[in-house]
Amino acid sequence: MLDFYRHLYRTIRPASEDDDEVRADGGVVSDGPAADPAEPDRDVTTRLKERLDRRFGVDFIESSVFWLPPFLLMGLFVYGAVIWNLLISLTDYERFENAPDYSNLDFEMYTRALADSGFIDAAVNTLILLILFTAGTLAIGLILAILIDRGIRFENTFRTIYLLPMSLSFVVTAQFWLWIYNYNNGIANNVIGTFGFGPVSWLGNQDIVLYAIIFALMWQFSGYAMVVYLAGLRAIPTEHYEAAKVDGASTLKMYWRVIIPQLKGATISAAVVLMVFGMKAFDFLYSLVGGYRPPNGADILATKMVREAYANLNWAYGSAIAIVLFAMALSVIGPYLVYEYRRDNL
Amino acid sequence: MSDAEPRTDGGATTTTTARLRRTLDQMTAGDAGLYVVLLFAAAFYLVPIESGLVTSFKTGTAIIETAPFAPPGPSGFTFEKWQTAIDALLRGMGNSLLYAVPATVISASVGSITAYGLTIPTWKKSYKALVLMLIIAGIFIPYQAVLVPLTQFWSQWVQLDQLLSFVWALGINNDYAGIVELVITHVAYGIPICTLLFRTYYKTMSDEMIESARLDGATLRRVYRRIVLPLSGPMFAVVLIYQFTQIWNDLLFTLVLVSTESSPAAPVVLILAGLGTSMEGQDFALRMAGAFFAALPTLAVYILFGEEFAEGVAA
Repeated sequence: MLDFYRHLYRTIRPASEDDDEVRADGGVVSDGPAADPAEPDRDVTTRLKERLDRRFGVDFIESSVFWLPPFLLMGLFVYGAVIWNLLISLTDYERFENAPDYSNLDFEMYTRALADSGFIDAAVNTLILLILFTAGTLAIGLILAILIDRGIRFENTFRTIYLLPMSLSFVVTAQFWLWIYNYNNGIANNVIGTFGFGPVSWLGNQDIVLYAIIFALMWQFSGYAMVVYLAGLRAIPTEHYEAAKVDGASTLKMYWRVIIPQLKGATISAAVVLMVFGMKAFDFLYSLVGGYRPPNGADILATKMVREAYANLNWAYGSAIAIVLFAMALSVIGPYLVYEYRRDNL
Repeated sequence: MSDAEPRTDGGATTTTTARLRRTLDQMTAGDAGLYVVLLFAAAFYLVPIESGLVTSFKTGTAIIETAPFAPPGPSGFTFEKWQTAIDALLRGMGNSLLYAVPATVISASVGSITAYGLTIPTWKKSYKALVLMLIIAGIFIPYQAVLVPLTQFWSQWVQLDQLLSFVWALGINNDYAGIVELVITHVAYGIPICTLLFRTYYKTMSDEMIESARLDGATLRRVYRRIVLPLSGPMFAVVLIYQFTQIWNDLLFTLVLVSTESSPAAPVVLILAGLGTSMEGQDFALRMAGAFFAALPTLAVYILFGEEFAEGVAA
């Protein structure tokens, strides 16, 4: 019945709108004079509108008032800025020049990056951080979600506690972890001390510091992974659990064979978001030392870019590093968006 | 662990004690193990925070003498660090609120309108998907990729400092231009996530009411004001909470746009990042007190609206 109305509505609508006036956004609250286009233009505008309607769909023009201005603002700040950034990275802009000189563009900054061992180290560290952080956080989140989903009591309390660090700023959690990793009085050395190890200079040892930071980030975001997985688990029909039980599968086997494969969507979207958080670890590293230079061995592209641009005033070089970072992000996001589009999930 | 879990929690009429007794009866070794693991995990998440809290009340000697997670004894207890931290951070709190609140409200409203225009009206799906993809990709952009142009934009192209000179004439420090820049910047970069959150909500809205309203000749604007907006309340809660936390917690933009922690317009995150660091070493108690004080607004929001926060991050 409703389909019939919808159909009817679609067929009569373009016709009725012709005499209705192009943008009579009227109703009761119409703001009168502004909506009236000049008479002679009317034929042209109506025809143009019809053509646009056919090309984009009936509500395209009317709805553009809603989404186009924000879209343009955001497009300017995001895509305009990225393109501008790309241009700056091709110049030699540095120091206290007011604006880059766009007349002389080359790839000098990119060749400079490849020759800079600091850049290579930062790129490698970024990859290690992204992969380990994402994988570790997902694993912890999945385990917590499965445990919480077993119909426990105080479920809300546990969930609230696990998600709590996520509500805190990197600036705040960095202070906590600086204290935990303190050489003399920190909890980390206290804990391994009871097992007869240590003390370890967590933030001073170049080989350890990156992993110490990854651990801290996992602490902060595994609650997030848990929430995403929990939503995924709740979407699985109970029959699947029961069917597995009837087949006599053990709990472990049931999760491994039946449940976890169904969490693919949750895993992918959580992984993408976590990688993005990982790339934003700048705030954490900056606050850890209160400056642009992170501990030796923990420099990542995000910190190096800001340091080059805002501390060393190598604006063009910083922009080039930013473009590399952007390309890394794009290689993750691009396929993800296509995947979501294919699943009709946009 | 292979035995069936008690998924139901007693009838509504049973008293708490009866229910508790029954629960204990049904407890198996597996269940007990489950709770032990869950409690350990809870400790893992809470200990860094708890340790920070007790440390913030310790005197210099108590920090060295007591375990980092143990509360200070009566002799090692002091409010002094909190006092110092509050003195240092209070103006930063005010500044942060000054941009976080408007930026949150504006980006949530704009996000709602954008999502509406991209969800309810009918137009070609493939074009819609293109616009959506561009918007959603905006969520995941590493901000480093826009920083230098952003600096250029605000320092060379749109010099708010001069445009707003009539405001400074009223005796307001012109560093507050940075606050206005922060509002606009956060709104622009907040549009993508707010749009996505609202869109997931609007997609589930029933079309019947909207279709029939449109059949009656209601314009899109009227449909939004009369039907969609009044139903958006719960999602507004989610988005406002999520956005507020994000904007309050952000350091990168404040660092670039306001730049110095000595500025009268310095937001709280900027001051906190440098708090308690000096030549003689780090004053951990002061750092912890500062961290807690700066986190108070987001903690309050989280404790009061935990459900909405979870929903926001899960979307």
